[in-house]
Amino acid sequence: MQAKLEITLKPELVDAEGRALEKKVADVFGIRLDSVRCIRILTFDADLTEAECLLAKERIFCNPVTQMASFSPLDLPFDGCIWVGFRPGVRDNAGATAMEALSDVLGRVLGPDDMVYTSKRYCLRGSGLTPDLMDRIAGELLANDIIQQWQVFTPETWDAVQGSGLIIPRVMLNHEPEVTLIPIDSDDTLKAVSQARNLALNLKDIPVIREYFLRPEVRASRRQKGLESPTDIEIEYIAQGRSDHCNHNTFRGLFRYRDLETGETEVIDNLFKTCIQKPTLAMQEEKDWVVSVLWDNAGAARFDENWNYVITGETHNSPSNMEAYGGAITGIVGVYRDPLGTGRGARLIMGSYGFCVGDLDYAGPLKPRLHPRRILDGVVEGVRDGGNKSGVPTPFGQVTFDAGYMGKCLVFVTALGIMPKTVAGAPGHEKTTRPGERIVMCGGRVGKDGIHGVTASSETFSAHTPAGHVQIGDPYTQKKMHDFLLEARDAGLIAFITDNGGGGLSSSIGESARFAGGCTVALDQVPLKYEGLDQWEIWVSESQERMTVSVKPEHLDAFMALSDKHAVESTVIGTYTDTGYLEITWKGRTVAWVHMDLLEEGFPQWEFDCEWIPPKLRGLHEPVIGAPRDYATLLKTLLARPNIASKEWIVRQYDHEVQAGSVIKPLVGKGRDIPSDAAVIRPVLSSERGIAFTQTLLPFYSRIDAGAMTSAVMDEAVRRLLAVGGGLSEIGGVDNFCWPDIQYHPEKNPDGRFKAAQLVRSCKALKAMCEAYQIPLLSGKDSMYVDGHLAGPFGETRKVSGLETLQFSATAMVENVNRCQTLDVKKPGDRVYLLGETRNELGASEYYDLLGYVGLHVPEVRPEAFLALYRAFEKAMEEELLASAHAVGRGGLGVHLALISMAGGLGLDVDLSRVKTQGQIPEGRDDILLFSESCGRMLVSVPPEKEAAFVALFEGLPLSFLGLVREDTQLRITGRGGNPLLSVLLLDLQQSFKQPFGDRI
Amino acid sequence: MTRQVKALVLTGYGLNCDMETAHAFEMAGASAERVHINTLIRGGVRLEDYQILVFGGGFSWGDDHGAGVVQAVKIMTFLGDRIRKFIAEGRLVMGICNGFQTLVNTGLLPGFDGDYTRREVALLHNDCGNFRDQWVQLSVNEKSPCVFTKGMEAFSLPVRHGEGKFYAADATLDRLEASGQVVLRYVHEDGRGAEGVFPLNPNGSVRDIAGICDPTGRVFGLMPHPEAFTHLTHHPDWTRMKAAGKNRLDGETPGLRIFRNAVRHFEG
Repeated sequence: MQAKLEITLKPELVDAEGRALEKKVADVFGIRLDSVRCIRILTFDADLTEAECLLAKERIFCNPVTQMASFSPLDLPFDGCIWVGFRPGVRDNAGATAMEALSDVLGRVLGPDDMVYTSKRYCLRGSGLTPDLMDRIAGELLANDIIQQWQVFTPETWDAVQGSGLIIPRVMLNHEPEVTLIPIDSDDTLKAVSQARNLALNLKDIPVIREYFLRPEVRASRRQKGLESPTDIEIEYIAQGRSDHCNHNTFRGLFRYRDLETGETEVIDNLFKTCIQKPTLAMQEEKDWVVSVLWDNAGAARFDENWNYVITGETHNSPSNMEAYGGAITGIVGVYRDPLGTGRGARLIMGSYGFCVGDLDYAGPLKPRLHPRRILDGVVEGVRDGGNKSGVPTPFGQVTFDAGYMGKCLVFVTALGIMPKTVAGAPGHEKTTRPGERIVMCGGRVGKDGIHGVTASSETFSAHTPAGHVQIGDPYTQKKMHDFLLEARDAGLIAFITDNGGGGLSSSIGESARFAGGCTVALDQVPLKYEGLDQWEIWVSESQERMTVSVKPEHLDAFMALSDKHAVESTVIGTYTDTGYLEITWKGRTVAWVHMDLLEEGFPQWEFDCEWIPPKLRGLHEPVIGAPRDYATLLKTLLARPNIASKEWIVRQYDHEVQAGSVIKPLVGKGRDIPSDAAVIRPVLSSERGIAFTQTLLPFYSRIDAGAMTSAVMDEAVRRLLAVGGGLSEIGGVDNFCWPDIQYHPEKNPDGRFKAAQLVRSCKALKAMCEAYQIPLLSGKDSMYVDGHLAGPFGETRKVSGLETLQFSATAMVENVNRCQTLDVKKPGDRVYLLGETRNELGASEYYDLLGYVGLHVPEVRPEAFLALYRAFEKAMEEELLASAHAVGRGGLGVHLALISMAGGLGLDVDLSRVKTQGQIPEGRDDILLFSESCGRMLVSVPPEKEAAFVALFEGLPLSFLGLVREDTQLRITGRGGNPLLSVLLLDLQQSFKQPFGDRI
Repeated sequence: MTRQVKALVLTGYGLNCDMETAHAFEMAGASAERVHINTLIRGGVRLEDYQILVFGGGFSWGDDHGAGVVQAVKIMTFLGDRIRKFIAEGRLVMGICNGFQTLVNTGLLPGFDGDYTRREVALLHNDCGNFRDQWVQLSVNEKSPCVFTKGMEAFSLPVRHGEGKFYAADATLDRLEASGQVVLRYVHEDGRGAEGVFPLNPNGSVRDIAGICDPTGRVFGLMPHPEAFTHLTHHPDWTRMKAAGKNRLDGETPGLRIFRNAVRHFEG
């Protein structure tokens, strides 16, 4: 029978979700509603008796203490009512667990066609609730038409008996799966197929694909398998494998670089190999702590003699831009499969996030698909649910606002795991597949989800991007699988493991079969969410929460028994072979037969012309500024800027302490409200050893030079690690590039050559910094096409490109976590020191941005000079000479003095005349000293009794004694001329720092 | 040292916090095992071989139908009788965060009149509308029969939850108070009651209730996470405490002390 159960809180209880909606309606539409009450709806499309329905209500779904429920529409008063449910085929996590609970209570397994769907009904009270307004509330606040459907009711249109009706979003394809043959009689034919099927094949690849299938020996071999023309499965497989997302064609491209000022030219063949792989592999040779890099799902490095940690970072930009919550939760849950699929499996120990979005208050003429405010809310919640429900702490993250991210938002997700050095007698990071081993798919089932997700993110977002690639991650299913696979790993049952991410089975099996030298896959064995998928769809579907595992035949029974214990679905879908071919069968018939090496050979390299126009030639110059007079207001204004102000409301939504390894939390200080330089976790509970982790992102400097941006990002990451107690000698890095399109096109991308030159400069700086600071890149990814075409007020569209962005994640070892430090000053009388030199480097600074300038003098990194300072600093931390430590970053000395002072709840006396400077700084320009963002600087406080030992360590290095920690709560700064610059109460600074997002809780 | 007291920490179905909870019991001198719910249901492990049963924190079944709801259904359907026998035999049951939510949904708490099947109290969505991770100051009801908090007065622990607002009808609350079943309350630093003020009381719990026990004091549920304060560096102020010369917390963190109390209960 079909039945609909409505559940709501008893009227005397506060409806927190309703309140949240009231607030959003007030914020977005400026309308004050009287009240909102939410009703959860479960729609049963299952073979249940009336008695069973009642049992489900009483025993499971209605809490007698707090809720009321009914199988007929609840009679809640409203002036307007909105129903929101999923579209068919969208992952309904709550519906799935409702089925599990039902099975337990009824004591029987429900049939394959039984389903429970969840939806919601909102009862709004207030005036002016027209159907139009409710439609906007639904569309702009409650639902996203890509994954959800909604209906609005007024008291007049409401039927008290039918309620919101019985809407069953069951997928019914009524389609008999069929293999389609792809014509390859000409390049144009295949090009047409590529367009029609949304394959995004590169035009230069088309002749190579045709040439392969037309080769006489290939045709002969195929004929033996009953194949002639390529099948759609084969072409889709090639398209997935050749996409920029999977193959990183951009980074592997040929770059012809020319400096327009000097005329110098340079050709760089393959940025990945030259700037990332080469230095990292060279360092791996020298460093025994670098365990496994640049081939697996994540990189591995030594934690201690028994454990290795693994790390990787991903982005999930395009999906999040279309459906923020779904994109972000799929992103975090997805990146958590990477450590799990590294070596023979690693346990997750932490995650982090980075969000880049447009201006939250944007009220201009452009109409992004989702307003930045909505994107941010959605991605914050997506990573929250994905991370928290995975039982993995999220102790670090950051948010960056810039108008360029309105074209496409960025969602960075990073994951760390830990694996035993030795698993079942062999190194835990090693894995391989061998002929005869079974291919097992574990976890979720396959549906139409995410088909062409990979190829879509390889293109600029436009109205033609298929919406079907937006999914909703299911951390519950994945956590069960995670626990299962780790137990299987320890029992020695896993020979090889990898995740199903971009490209689905086509990618996971295609890549894992390379080790064995072939495979045969019975696609008809793959468990499906619903019938009617074509074979190629099963092969490339990106349905989430799936891993591909190679299991030796003699281990299969034990593996399946363990899978059953953990309530995880595992299915044998094929066998690894040594035929040299990837074979796919459907009900015994071969439907794909492709040589394993096809994707490796013969495809032409992508090529890019790069034109570097130096900043001066672009007309950039330093602004003409007279020294400010009201420094107190200036400082408060900077603290209140979105990129500086407190984002505590986000941090606290993330469980950053689960697993009980928290040493340095994301918010520190007396009020536990100032963002820390880095997180420190202690992943092995019986050990005092820790991992420091941080992330840096300074895209603003790309306005002047993406090379300088890259160096600054990496230098800041190193200082952040040092500040909490990380060591210099074993720093590992993860590079995540997010770049606008760099392929020149006279109309579509006229500045493509410049953006390409920016990428080259960035990669070269990355290489130089890695070598200087001896940082191997343990992992990294790139996501191109950070562009969007936004609709304008006249029916036009305008291209908006994101800033050239590198997020750099870095780890360092902490020998003993009890020696870690935080940034807050601790005691009155402690001595405040600035390490490093300050230069006139305000280019693209927060200060210039406030005043509306870009400027020219972007901060420069001098690694050799900085390193000497960092070594001394490391020693000072080891000897526990510091009472606080902090890297000076965005906003310069002024902002960071305020942060360490606020964190300590104690004022400071600071004398700018003591600041060691380099280069010309005009008289009276204390603003340069206070807001320059020169790299290589740290702020520390030192107890008086340790000062002598501290100073001795810094002999011959730039060290400035700035002043003392005060007893009261005044921050006082004196200018170079001895003039009082500002004297401000911490309370006022805190107000500025916290107020901008303060009402978000 | 042979470890006499055995603690069973449930795992599976998306549960987490099991590793650190087991570790905390080990630190406290027990022998702790993480056991999958299905292993217990299918008889691979016998409940009667343990003295302490722990429903840990985190999430279970994704918690989309109310935190701990689906777990409670599973537990009561397959293990209800065994757990009631376990309690009747004088053993201990502990529910932390999601485990607390599970205990109240099973009816194992509050356990009025020895009836361990009736739902009388609930944990609702936080008033602030969000999941929240923060540390809270707690006071212990010295009159409570609770075994786990014996000899303890006031301490701080982290909370990490979206549904931690303790709620019950007034009569139920009065009864809980009268019988000393209210164990933990959210308070100010100086011990004054939070009186519902956010963020001292982080979720809007009525009468600032953070943890309760059954009338015997042997079944205990709390929203804060004691397993997350077993090391000095867990505390958010530890670097400040160190600078102030307060390097030791009298040898034992309050989180650990709760687990030790449980273990000592059996050591006499």
